[in-house]
Amino acid sequence: MGEAIAFYTIAAFVLGFAVLVVSTKDTVHSVLFLVLDFLFVAALYVLLGAQFLAAIQVLVYAGGIVVLYLFVVMLVNLKRPPEAHQDPNRRGKLGFALSAVVLAELGAIAAYGYVRPAPALAQASQVLPVTGNTEEIGWLLYTSYLIPFEIASMLLLVAMIGAIILAKREL
Amino acid sequence: MITPTHYMLLSAALFMIRVIGVMVRRNIIIIFMSIELILNAVNINLVAFSKELQNGIGQVFVVFVIAVAAAEAAVGLGIILAFYRNKETVNIDEMNLMRW
Repeated sequence: MGEAIAFYTIAAFVLGFAVLVVSTKDTVHSVLFLVLDFLFVAALYVLLGAQFLAAIQVLVYAGGIVVLYLFVVMLVNLKRPPEAHQDPNRRGKLGFALSAVVLAELGAIAAYGYVRPAPALAQASQVLPVTGNTEEIGWLLYTSYLIPFEIASMLLLVAMIGAIILAKREL
Repeated sequence: MITPTHYMLLSAALFMIRVIGVMVRRNIIIIFMSIELILNAVNINLVAFSKELQNGIGQVFVVFVIAVAAAEAAVGLGIILAFYRNKETVNIDEMNLMRW
């Protein structure tokens, strides 16, 4: 019962802030709602027993990426709001129509799940020799998923160099 | 009782809100934020199934998704800044240099 109350409360906040992020006129307010949204998703991770990911979410998203976004919003300094410019060729209704197509697709998937339920899920095949969330993820990252882990670090290095080159004065 | 179906429905709703944000808004910074949040909606699904199956691999994938999202944010915001220096705009309707 307590879990249900916690889930519905957090879900309401996550959805509300998500709507505010995409609907606010002021970009700075949008970024601040983004922080709150990330924090509530981190609370959802705690509810799911993934404490390590909750910490990563707060550190990387709410701490790092959002600061990056705020820097860009401040540097760009929108004197002329982008929504003011009207493109005569813009098809405003087309965005809603395409979104409706995606919504119909999601509804079809959900309906299909009710019509033909998935077969019973196989239980976890391997018994991990450690307990605890962080130890388990660390164990998997440094044994079975060592090469993807190293590739991810290479990706981050490449992205860092790319961002530096893009931000240089003469492109 | 909260089942993975609840988490999937929440994740699908979040995904839809952000898809609408990507399609309707014209400010490229808000479109980028929506893309970040789409990745986040996928992460909720992965963590919910990781708990359901009592298997940590889903959470490992979330770590990789977060790494890719961080890389995407860094490069994307660099592109936005470089474009802003050239054209003085963040409106995607005016970003038509490569349109044929």
